[in-house]
Amino acid sequence: MNRQTSRRGFLAAVAVTMCGPALTRLAGQQGDSLAGRGTTGTLRDPEAAGQQRDRVTALDDNLFIQAVEHRLKCQCGCNLDVFTCRTTDFTCGTSPRMHRHVMALHAAGKDAQGIVDAFVAEYGEQVLMAPKPEGFNWAGYLLPGVLILGGGGVLATVLRRRIALRLSAASAAPTTPAAPAASPDDLDRLRRALGELES
Amino acid sequence: MTLLGQFALWVAFLVGCWCAVISFSGRWRGRPDLSRTVVRSVYVIFGVLIVATLSLWKGLISHDFNIEYVASYTSRNLPTYFIVSALWAGQKGSLLFWAQVLSLFAALAQWLTPGRYRDLMPYVAGVTSTVTAFFVSVMLFAANPFTRLAFTPQDGRGLNPQLQNVGMVIHPPMLYLGYISICIPFAFAVAALLSRRLDTGWIQAIRKWTLLSWLFLSIGITLGMWWAYVELGWGGYWAWDPVENASLLPWLTMTAFLHSVMIQEKRGMLKRWNLGLIIGSFLLSIFGTFITRSGVIASVHSFTQSNVGYFFLGFLVSVAILAFTLLYTRWGDLEPDVALESMASREAAFLFNNLIFVGIAFSVLWGTLFPILSEAVRGTKITVGPPFFNRVNIPLGLLLLALTGIGPLIAWRKTSTANLKRQFLMPVGAGLVTAAIITGAGMRDLYPIMAISLAGFVLGTLVQEFHRGTRARTRMYQESWPTAFLRLTGRNRRRYGGYVVHLGAIIYCVAFTGMAFRVDREATLRPGESVEVKSPYGHTYKLTHVGISQYDMLNRVVTAATMEVSKDGKPIGILTSEKRQHFTEPGGQGTREKSFEPSTEVGIRSGLREDLYLVFAGTVEGTEEANYRITINPLVWWVWFGGAVLVAGGLITMWPGSGPTPSLSRAAQSGYEVQLAGMGTGTGV
Repeated sequence: MNRQTSRRGFLAAVAVTMCGPALTRLAGQQGDSLAGRGTTGTLRDPEAAGQQRDRVTALDDNLFIQAVEHRLKCQCGCNLDVFTCRTTDFTCGTSPRMHRHVMALHAAGKDAQGIVDAFVAEYGEQVLMAPKPEGFNWAGYLLPGVLILGGGGVLATVLRRRIALRLSAASAAPTTPAAPAASPDDLDRLRRALGELES
Repeated sequence: MTLLGQFALWVAFLVGCWCAVISFSGRWRGRPDLSRTVVRSVYVIFGVLIVATLSLWKGLISHDFNIEYVASYTSRNLPTYFIVSALWAGQKGSLLFWAQVLSLFAALAQWLTPGRYRDLMPYVAGVTSTVTAFFVSVMLFAANPFTRLAFTPQDGRGLNPQLQNVGMVIHPPMLYLGYISICIPFAFAVAALLSRRLDTGWIQAIRKWTLLSWLFLSIGITLGMWWAYVELGWGGYWAWDPVENASLLPWLTMTAFLHSVMIQEKRGMLKRWNLGLIIGSFLLSIFGTFITRSGVIASVHSFTQSNVGYFFLGFLVSVAILAFTLLYTRWGDLEPDVALESMASREAAFLFNNLIFVGIAFSVLWGTLFPILSEAVRGTKITVGPPFFNRVNIPLGLLLLALTGIGPLIAWRKTSTANLKRQFLMPVGAGLVTAAIITGAGMRDLYPIMAISLAGFVLGTLVQEFHRGTRARTRMYQESWPTAFLRLTGRNRRRYGGYVVHLGAIIYCVAFTGMAFRVDREATLRPGESVEVKSPYGHTYKLTHVGISQYDMLNRVVTAATMEVSKDGKPIGILTSEKRQHFTEPGGQGTREKSFEPSTEVGIRSGLREDLYLVFAGTVEGTEEANYRITINPLVWWVWFGGAVLVAGGLITMWPGSGPTPSLSRAAQSGYEVQLAGMGTGTGV
């Protein structure tokens, strides 16, 4: 993150650091000139801007954490994964709590699967965004594919058999009168024209 | 007005029931006078439902907060167009809207259907009246939009902020129109089965209706994706939510039908399958309504849980049993006119295409119902989210994409090996070149590579089809290329409009791959501070937090957070994301009361290559220090463009007079026969 600090901001920060909480309160009343109400940088109606947020840390923004949270379902009933819920529904209190739990497990040295397993142990299998491929869940993963493959196989077999029956019936039937003769040139021209029109 | 609305609903219900009974008994007893009365009754139902709808609209617009529906979904400070759209914002109003549109379609079907299908129309009237009467009965007995409160509040609760978006003004009606219009093909299918007029007549009678329904569903789904993207703030457009899935299901089966119906029209095959698809599509549209309104499956989109779900479940099961029993009793009358001649034929390709469409529909339905099934089997409600759906459906989607390119390359009836080689050479080459280019450019993800390569293959097919058709015209009629191209498309709109739809589909598929390369960052910034985000294309965005401002609008307090954006050091503009706190004025003007939790409005900088998507998450300690989520979404613009192309193709296809040129079609067909007779079985074109 590239942070740019103005000279005035820098001086204010130095003053705050040096003089402690008392000056911090003073800076809150008479500090930097920013938009919002007065000169404090405080919003006129903070509640209208939604719930107050904690500062984002480098770990919050970590790709590993994001990837793990995409595998976990927020338990607030929203159907979203933890990362999506906490960065979308800013009224949800559940996904930030689960996020903190993920970060704590990560800090404790758990890998992605370990974190996911810890959540499954705590919340049950419904905390996963995709069910584990085991037991009855295999039906969820495989049934559509099996049905399509099976259906395709049956379809191909039935069609092939019907085509074979039709061809054998056609060969057993009395020969039809010969078609009117056409010259090779005619046929070639016809083939090209049809190829262009009805391919 | 509520009394008038109630009265209109009762009249519609009674006339609908009467019409349903008389339409079938009149036909069976051979009473044509009753049949004529039935058709007129359809217009009466339409008329009285207009009265009911206008009554509710009157209540909405005049702020009659004594009506529970008006108090629940509007407020005095709601902009007028949202007051108008509040008709379909809630459960009860949307049921009325549904019944109204169904009665309109039923009346139009009676009015516009040519006289040669007169025999079918009383049955059609019977089916549409039955469905309308069902919807009206749900309102009368479970979800009455005219229910009055015991007191009159000063102001209403207002409309959910997420519904205060132009997408939600258009998207739900479009989806409803799609769902509802499926009822007309279903009614014709039942009429054909009852009357045993099972030739291709009923298929021709419903062709425009099926296209119309498919078109509305396509527009509705695309607008729904757009609304989710710009309004919900999660940075995506499709989450495999049960309600989203419910809209996709009938679209899939209708798309399958639009393909398989061509086989019935051209070859007299697949009669049972087509009837099954129409019945299935209608049932899926009712199923979608059941999912949305019952609360049986959790969804962010669904209406409040209520007992109307039982009505829909009962109706769904009853219609399924009756319709499939009817189909079974006519099974013997639905023998195909001819048999399939070869596996290497367009008919066979369409059969497999249908298999995949129905297979995807099944997998989506299966995934949607899996939580319920797992709870029934194992006692645990297993979640089935996007990772599951993607894992199951992406391979099927790729297979379907391949068939989109293969189908047009194979001739009807049979195709020779030489012809296959000639037809496939260019498209396969296009696919391989595409694969080489994207892998050479550094792409390593399997599914995106496959999707984009297959898109190249399908595009090759389309270019070849248009090129050959245009070239044939330039030779036959000595037309210039542009003239030949336009006339080729204009005179066979169904075929070439269909190809434009395929073009839209491949644009969609390529655009969907962009989500695989999405980048998310979070940051807390004070005014003047910046964050850098690297795009998947390699360049870097720098976003500098300018500040936050608060101001009042008509019905809300807006907190706007603004960022200056530069790309590789070059300023490209400003992005603003907002929090909106809506309020009502229950004690009159000046007495504000917050009506909902603050909602988020995202800032989007959309481009052909990627979207920069900014979400203002909130403030730190009520100051101008703000939390942001910044997302880079590649290729999203192409999703909307693909949707527009898809819809344009649908419009071309259904434009009046879009059948094949009769003389040309006959000439080609006769030439085809001559060639087969003269050249044996292996050289068909």
